[in-house]
Amino acid sequence: MPVTPNDVLNALADPTRRAIFERLCRTGEQNVRTLTEYSGVSQPAVSKHLGILKAAGLVRDRKDGRQSHYRAKPQGLAPLVDWMRHYGAFWERRFDQLESLLKRMDQ
Amino acid sequence: MSKTANGRSVVVERVFPYPPEKIWRALTHGALIEEWLMKNDFQPLVGHKFNFRAEPMPHWNGVTDCEVLVVKPHERLSYTWNSSGEEAAGGLKTVVTWTLTPVDGGTRVRMEQSGFQPEQEANYQGALYGWQRFMDGLERLLGKLS
Repeated sequence: MPVTPNDVLNALADPTRRAIFERLCRTGEQNVRTLTEYSGVSQPAVSKHLGILKAAGLVRDRKDGRQSHYRAKPQGLAPLVDWMRHYGAFWERRFDQLESLLKRMDQ
Repeated sequence: MSKTANGRSVVVERVFPYPPEKIWRALTHGALIEEWLMKNDFQPLVGHKFNFRAEPMPHWNGVTDCEVLVVKPHERLSYTWNSSGEEAAGGLKTVVTWTLTPVDGGTRVRMEQSGFQPEQEANYQGALYGWQRFMDGLERLLGKLS
Protein backbone atom coordinates (compact mmCIF):
# COMPACT_ATOMS: atom_id res chain seq x y z
CA MET A 1 0.00 0.00 0.00
CA PRO A 2 1.46 3.38 -0.92
CA VAL A 3 1.62 5.93 1.87
CA THR A 4 -1.21 8.48 1.63
CA PRO A 5 -1.20 12.06 2.92
CA ASN A 6 -3.63 10.83 5.55
CA ASP A 7 -1.11 8.28 6.90
CA VAL A 8 1.45 11.05 7.25
CA LEU A 9 -1.09 13.41 8.83
CA ASN A 10 -2.18 10.76 11.33
CA ALA A 11 1.40 9.93 12.19
CA LEU A 12 2.21 13.56 12.90
CA ALA A 13 -1.09 14.33 14.62
CA ASP A 14 0.28 13.09 17.94
CA PRO A 15 2.49 15.70 19.65
CA THR A 16 4.87 13.07 21.08
CA ARG A 17 5.35 11.47 17.67
CA ARG A 18 5.81 14.86 16.07
CA ALA A 19 8.44 15.73 18.68
CA ILE A 20 10.27 12.45 18.03
CA PHE A 21 10.22 13.04 14.28
CA GLU A 22 11.42 16.61 14.62
CA ARG A 23 14.20 15.52 16.93
CA LEU A 24 15.35 12.86 14.45
CA CYS A 25 15.30 15.50 11.70
CA ARG A 26 17.55 17.75 13.77
CA THR A 27 19.93 15.24 15.30
CA GLY A 28 20.28 12.42 12.77
CA GLU A 29 20.34 8.79 13.91
CA GLN A 30 19.30 8.01 17.49
CA ASN A 31 18.69 4.79 19.39
CA VAL A 32 15.45 4.00 21.18
CA ARG A 33 16.96 4.52 24.63
CA THR A 34 18.09 8.08 23.84
CA LEU A 35 14.74 8.88 22.29
CA THR A 36 12.99 7.52 25.40
CA GLU A 37 15.03 9.77 27.69
CA TYR A 38 14.19 12.74 25.49
CA SER A 39 10.48 12.11 25.03
CA GLY A 40 9.51 11.51 28.66
CA VAL A 41 7.30 8.50 27.91
CA SER A 42 8.00 4.80 28.44
CA GLN A 43 10.22 2.81 26.09
CA PRO A 44 7.33 0.58 24.85
CA ALA A 45 5.37 3.77 24.10
CA VAL A 46 8.32 5.21 22.18
CA SER A 47 8.69 1.95 20.23
CA LYS A 48 5.02 2.06 19.34
CA HIS A 49 5.29 5.67 18.15
CA LEU A 50 8.35 4.77 16.08
CA GLY A 51 6.41 1.88 14.49
CA ILE A 52 3.66 4.28 13.40
CA LEU A 53 6.21 6.78 12.04
CA LYS A 54 7.91 3.95 10.15
CA ALA A 55 4.64 2.72 8.63
CA ALA A 56 3.99 6.28 7.45
CA GLY A 57 7.38 6.36 5.73
CA LEU A 58 8.75 9.07 8.02
CA VAL A 59 11.58 7.12 9.67
CA ARG A 60 13.79 4.15 8.83
CA ASP A 61 15.37 1.78 11.33
CA ARG A 62 18.58 -0.20 11.57
CA LYS A 63 19.24 -3.06 13.99
CA ASP A 64 22.59 -3.21 15.77
CA GLY A 65 22.64 -6.14 18.19
CA ARG A 66 19.79 -5.53 20.64
CA GLN A 67 19.61 -1.83 19.88
CA SER A 68 17.39 -0.31 17.19
CA HIS A 69 18.56 2.94 15.65
CA TYR A 70 16.21 5.30 13.88
CA ARG A 71 16.73 8.15 11.48
CA ALA A 72 14.28 10.56 9.85
CA LYS A 73 13.18 10.16 6.24
CA PRO A 74 12.30 13.76 5.43
CA GLN A 75 11.28 12.74 1.91
CA GLY A 76 8.40 10.96 3.69
CA LEU A 77 6.82 14.42 3.94
CA ALA A 78 6.45 14.55 0.16
CA PRO A 79 2.85 13.23 0.08
CA LEU A 80 1.88 16.08 2.41
CA VAL A 81 3.64 18.72 0.39
CA ASP A 82 1.92 17.35 -2.71
CA TRP A 83 -1.40 17.38 -0.88
CA MET A 84 -0.83 20.96 0.21
CA ARG A 85 -0.35 22.02 -3.38
CA HIS A 86 -3.92 21.15 -4.17
CA TYR A 87 -5.59 22.97 -1.34
CA GLY A 88 -6.05 26.48 -0.12
CA ALA A 89 -2.54 27.02 1.17
CA PHE A 90 -1.17 26.47 -2.31
CA TRP A 91 -3.43 29.09 -3.87
CA GLU A 92 -3.07 31.60 -1.04
CA ARG A 93 0.66 31.62 -1.63
CA ARG A 94 0.19 31.93 -5.40
CA PHE A 95 -2.11 34.90 -4.85
CA ASP A 96 0.67 36.54 -2.83
CA GLN A 97 3.05 35.98 -5.73
CA LEU A 98 0.47 37.28 -8.23
CA GLU A 99 0.07 40.40 -6.11
CA SER A 100 3.81 40.97 -6.07
CA LEU A 101 4.01 40.48 -9.86
CA LEU A 102 1.17 42.98 -10.42
CA LYS A 103 3.07 45.51 -8.33
CA ARG A 104 6.18 45.04 -10.45
CA MET A 105 4.14 45.33 -13.66
CA ASP A 106 3.16 48.82 -12.51
CA GLN A 107 6.70 50.09 -12.68
CA MET B 1 -13.46 24.61 1.04
CA SER B 2 -17.10 24.35 0.10
CA LYS B 3 -19.23 21.47 -1.08
CA THR B 4 -20.82 21.43 -4.53
CA ALA B 5 -22.58 18.82 -6.66
CA ASN B 6 -19.25 17.91 -8.26
CA GLY B 7 -17.31 17.34 -5.09
CA ARG B 8 -15.59 19.99 -3.04
CA SER B 9 -14.05 23.25 -4.13
CA VAL B 10 -11.23 25.44 -2.96
CA VAL B 11 -12.10 29.12 -3.35
CA VAL B 12 -9.61 31.95 -2.93
CA GLU B 13 -10.75 35.55 -3.46
CA ARG B 14 -8.84 38.78 -3.25
CA VAL B 15 -9.34 42.37 -4.39
CA PHE B 16 -6.36 43.81 -6.23
CA PRO B 17 -6.01 47.57 -6.79
CA TYR B 18 -5.64 47.17 -10.56
CA PRO B 19 -7.95 47.08 -13.57
CA PRO B 20 -9.12 43.68 -14.91
CA GLU B 21 -7.07 44.16 -18.11
CA LYS B 22 -3.81 44.13 -16.20
CA ILE B 23 -4.72 41.12 -14.08
CA TRP B 24 -5.87 39.31 -17.22
CA ARG B 25 -2.39 39.75 -18.66
CA ALA B 26 -0.84 38.18 -15.55
CA LEU B 27 -3.25 35.25 -15.85
CA THR B 28 -2.83 34.60 -19.58
CA HIS B 29 0.73 35.41 -20.69
CA GLY B 30 2.91 32.34 -20.27
CA ALA B 31 6.01 34.21 -19.11
CA LEU B 32 3.98 36.20 -16.56
CA ILE B 33 2.13 33.09 -15.33
CA GLU B 34 5.49 31.47 -14.70
CA GLU B 35 6.45 34.34 -12.40
CA TRP B 36 3.66 33.67 -9.92
CA LEU B 37 2.45 30.12 -10.60
CA MET B 38 4.60 27.63 -12.53
CA LYS B 39 6.43 26.98 -15.78
CA ASN B 40 3.84 26.41 -18.51
CA ASP B 41 3.03 26.36 -22.21
CA PHE B 42 -0.34 28.04 -21.75
CA GLN B 43 -2.09 29.82 -24.60
CA PRO B 44 -5.44 31.59 -24.23
CA LEU B 45 -7.19 29.39 -26.80
CA VAL B 46 -10.15 27.17 -25.98
CA GLY B 47 -9.14 23.53 -26.49
CA HIS B 48 -5.41 24.23 -26.08
CA LYS B 49 -3.75 21.45 -24.08
CA PHE B 50 -0.84 22.46 -21.87
CA ASN B 51 1.13 21.57 -18.74
CA PHE B 52 2.21 23.26 -15.60
CA ARG B 53 5.63 22.01 -14.52
CA ALA B 54 7.15 22.20 -11.05
CA GLU B 55 10.31 20.58 -9.67
CA PRO B 56 9.60 16.85 -9.36
CA MET B 57 9.85 15.34 -5.88
CA PRO B 58 9.39 11.84 -4.50
CA HIS B 59 5.86 10.61 -5.26
CA TRP B 60 5.16 13.57 -7.54
CA ASN B 61 6.36 14.07 -11.10
CA GLY B 62 5.68 17.81 -10.89
CA VAL B 63 3.48 17.85 -13.99
CA THR B 64 -0.14 19.03 -14.16
CA ASP B 65 -2.19 18.23 -17.30
CA CYS B 66 -4.48 21.05 -18.42
CA GLU B 67 -6.87 22.00 -21.20
CA VAL B 68 -8.31 25.47 -21.73
CA LEU B 69 -12.11 25.44 -21.33
CA VAL B 70 -13.17 29.10 -21.26
CA VAL B 71 -11.47 32.30 -22.44
CA LYS B 72 -13.62 35.40 -21.96
CA PRO B 73 -11.10 38.26 -21.99
CA HIS B 74 -10.90 40.34 -18.81
CA GLU B 75 -13.75 38.33 -17.22
CA ARG B 76 -13.38 34.59 -17.08
CA LEU B 77 -10.72 31.97 -17.64
CA SER B 78 -11.10 28.27 -16.99
CA TYR B 79 -8.90 25.22 -17.49
CA THR B 80 -8.77 21.62 -16.31
CA TRP B 81 -6.16 20.80 -13.66
CA ASN B 82 -5.42 17.08 -13.61
CA SER B 83 -2.71 14.84 -12.26
CA SER B 84 -0.39 13.56 -14.94
CA GLY B 85 1.45 10.34 -15.83
CA GLU B 86 1.46 7.45 -13.38
CA GLU B 87 -0.38 9.52 -10.79
CA ALA B 88 -3.28 10.32 -13.12
CA ALA B 89 -5.30 7.19 -12.27
CA GLY B 90 -6.00 7.95 -8.61
CA GLY B 91 -5.05 11.60 -8.87
CA LEU B 92 -6.76 14.92 -9.20
CA LYS B 93 -9.37 15.68 -11.83
CA THR B 94 -10.28 19.26 -11.14
CA VAL B 95 -11.20 22.49 -12.92
CA VAL B 96 -9.68 25.88 -12.12
CA THR B 97 -11.85 28.90 -12.92
CA TRP B 98 -10.75 32.53 -12.64
CA THR B 99 -13.41 35.24 -12.48
CA LEU B 100 -12.54 38.95 -12.60
CA THR B 101 -15.13 41.45 -11.36
CA PRO B 102 -14.54 45.22 -11.34
CA VAL B 103 -15.17 46.65 -7.85
CA ASP B 104 -14.53 49.99 -6.18
CA GLY B 105 -10.83 50.59 -6.22
CA GLY B 106 -9.86 47.58 -8.31
CA THR B 107 -10.81 44.08 -9.32
CA ARG B 108 -12.08 41.13 -7.34
CA VAL B 109 -10.15 38.03 -8.39
CA ARG B 110 -11.87 34.76 -7.58
CA MET B 111 -10.18 31.41 -8.10
CA GLU B 112 -12.24 28.28 -7.71
CA GLN B 113 -10.68 24.85 -8.02
CA SER B 114 -13.58 22.41 -8.17
CA GLY B 115 -14.03 18.67 -8.41
CA PHE B 116 -12.18 17.28 -5.38
CA GLN B 117 -13.68 13.83 -5.07
CA PRO B 118 -15.27 12.11 -2.04
CA GLU B 119 -12.30 9.73 -1.66
CA GLN B 120 -10.26 12.81 -0.82
CA GLU B 121 -12.65 13.48 2.05
CA ALA B 122 -10.07 12.33 4.57
CA ASN B 123 -7.77 15.12 3.45
CA TYR B 124 -10.59 17.60 3.70
CA GLN B 125 -11.27 16.53 7.29
CA GLY B 126 -7.58 16.93 8.02
CA ALA B 127 -7.76 20.51 6.79
CA LEU B 128 -10.67 21.20 9.13
CA TYR B 129 -8.51 20.31 12.12
CA GLY B 130 -6.18 23.16 11.50
CA TRP B 131 -3.57 21.33 9.50
CA GLN B 132 -3.22 24.22 7.14
CA ARG B 133 -1.04 26.15 9.55
CA PHE B 134 1.15 23.16 10.22
CA MET B 135 1.48 22.51 6.50
CA ASP B 136 2.80 25.98 5.89
CA GLY B 137 5.98 25.09 7.71
CA LEU B 138 6.43 21.71 6.06
CA GLU B 139 7.62 22.82 2.69
CA ARG B 140 10.23 25.00 4.37
CA LEU B 141 11.28 22.11 6.57
CA LEU B 142 11.54 19.80 3.57
CA GLY B 143 13.64 22.40 1.76
CA LYS B 144 16.01 22.71 4.71
CA LEU B 145 16.45 18.97 5.08
CA SER B 146 16.96 17.85 1.50
